[in-house]
Amino acid sequence: MARTQVDAPGTLGDDRAARARRMSRRRETRAALLFISPWIIGFLVFTAWPIIYSAYLSLTDYDVINDPNYVGFENYEELFRDPDVGLALSNTFYFTIIQVPLYVIVSLALALLLDKAGRASGFFRTAFFLPKMTPPVAVGILLLLLFNGQSGLINEALGWFGVDGPAWTTDPDWVKPGLILMSLWSVGSSVIILLAALRNVPQELYDSARVDGAGWWKTTMRITVPMISGALFFIFIVNTIAGFQTFTEAYTAYFGSGNTTYSNDAALFYVIYLFRQAFEFLNMGYASAMAWLLFVIIMIFTAIQIKVSRRFVYYEGEQR
Amino acid sequence: MTTQTRLDSEAAPEPRATRTPVRRRRKITPVKVLIWVALILATLIFIYPFIWLLSASFKPRGEVFDNKLIPETFTFDNYLNVWQEAPMALWLWNTVLVTVLAAVTVTVSSAMVAWGFAYFRFRARNLLFAVVLATMMLPGAVTMIPQFLIWNSLGMVDTLTPLWAQNLFGSAFYIFLLRQFFLGLPRELFDAAKVDGANNWTIFTRIAMPLCKPALIITLLFEFQAIWTDLMRPLIYLRDSDNFTVPRGLKALLDQYGFGGEWHWEIVVTASVITTVPMIILFFLGQRHFVQGIATTGSKG
Repeated sequence: MARTQVDAPGTLGDDRAARARRMSRRRETRAALLFISPWIIGFLVFTAWPIIYSAYLSLTDYDVINDPNYVGFENYEELFRDPDVGLALSNTFYFTIIQVPLYVIVSLALALLLDKAGRASGFFRTAFFLPKMTPPVAVGILLLLLFNGQSGLINEALGWFGVDGPAWTTDPDWVKPGLILMSLWSVGSSVIILLAALRNVPQELYDSARVDGAGWWKTTMRITVPMISGALFFIFIVNTIAGFQTFTEAYTAYFGSGNTTYSNDAALFYVIYLFRQAFEFLNMGYASAMAWLLFVIIMIFTAIQIKVSRRFVYYEGEQR
Repeated sequence: MTTQTRLDSEAAPEPRATRTPVRRRRKITPVKVLIWVALILATLIFIYPFIWLLSASFKPRGEVFDNKLIPETFTFDNYLNVWQEAPMALWLWNTVLVTVLAAVTVTVSSAMVAWGFAYFRFRARNLLFAVVLATMMLPGAVTMIPQFLIWNSLGMVDTLTPLWAQNLFGSAFYIFLLRQFFLGLPRELFDAAKVDGANNWTIFTRIAMPLCKPALIITLLFEFQAIWTDLMRPLIYLRDSDNFTVPRGLKALLDQYGFGGEWHWEIVVTASVITTVPMIILFFLGQRHFVQGIATTGSKG
């Protein structure tokens, strides 16, 4: 540190040295606060105050036009009575519980393949990543087009194998499987994360496994997966949190002013219902209570995952 | 990317090398064939939807769903029609404006804050930084409604401002990312500059920022993509269709021309292409940075 030059022993009296040190520390604190002041202001205005206000709103009836009307815990009680909350929660759990493991398995499989592609891996990596660049609205539209029951490409392709594909976009039983399959199209960034992790696995481990006569499956399960468990866990947890908040693709495809022809109950995910309560029905108080329930659910799931991961995840060195 | 690739890339270039027993041979084994078949199949699955969409955008209304690779009747009309049916140029302009403002402001402000946390030592630093990280855990749904009420009370609903202005105050994820980069720079550099009389601001703008350019580019690109593709905020804040961003406009077109009864899917398809293409171009322009940025997110997360 530059300031240590001030209190070189012997040149100044202890008193003056201490004062100078205090001064320079105060100056450093002031400079630091100046640099982080944008965040402090933003945090107070757009995070801290909203948290407090959202907690307050959740105890009121509020439609933006009239003043909030205090109702105590009525909104929270309503959450447990509202059948649509139950529906939205079960849809969201269904989606997340099936989508996340599939997503992790597919990205791992693609990363393992890419790892073996040698010099061509750059090309394939680009191919796998491009869908991630597609705006989710366009993904929702692609879902409607490709998974269309009568003329969609997916069912045509299934037809080649003699399979009579379901009405993915209109049959309530097939809406979520369709959404899950479509979401697997966007595994690109997870593939890149896993590929980077794979390339950090020391080659010696594979060499010695080969010497020991371990086959591919054994090597993968005993060496590769444990060595990249940190990255796998990261993907798992990030996708779980994202899964609980899934919105755009399903909203695009099944909600909005356009869809009047068939029931969209099967695609009513929690954040979609929350969004509609807040901004279509203007039940801001109720929607705030919904948001806090979501927060609690995500916290519980994240805590469970972290706890479980302690037993399985291996971190090289002393990270974390 | 060293340890794995060397097996394949160090192999002798001559094909006859396969016959002579060298240490590491390039041999075509059934496993390799299988891997390549799988790779090519996967590539088809990932790329074909783009090709399908692009091809459909050149088909007349009646043929959009014929699933043919090459349009039977090639037409450019859809693009002209989209331009007439929707204020597409205006939407693109709105999106570019919001996206550029959002990406630039978030990069500068996050870099400042990150530098504040990386370089200076002060008492509440670790506590404050823990708060930064904690805000990443908060679901957007919790703050979404009060934030809307703030912008509403400022009379800014149905303007583009709420879509980018919060970026003036930095974003936790980028603060975290940039701080990691700043911490990797040698401290002696800054101390030397300080001895030479540079003030804190000069050190930040003239030394730290230029050295951290790759990370700044990553931030710019990530935010550019995030804002360009976002639907939820435009849904919340924009009412008048003249203020729409492209994704919001695309949703409106879907509602009107898709299953809104009119069944002009060729319009929807073409607008989807227009919405997506800029992101594809962005990716090819910044491919290296995207890949590097995502890889670091995974290892630092």
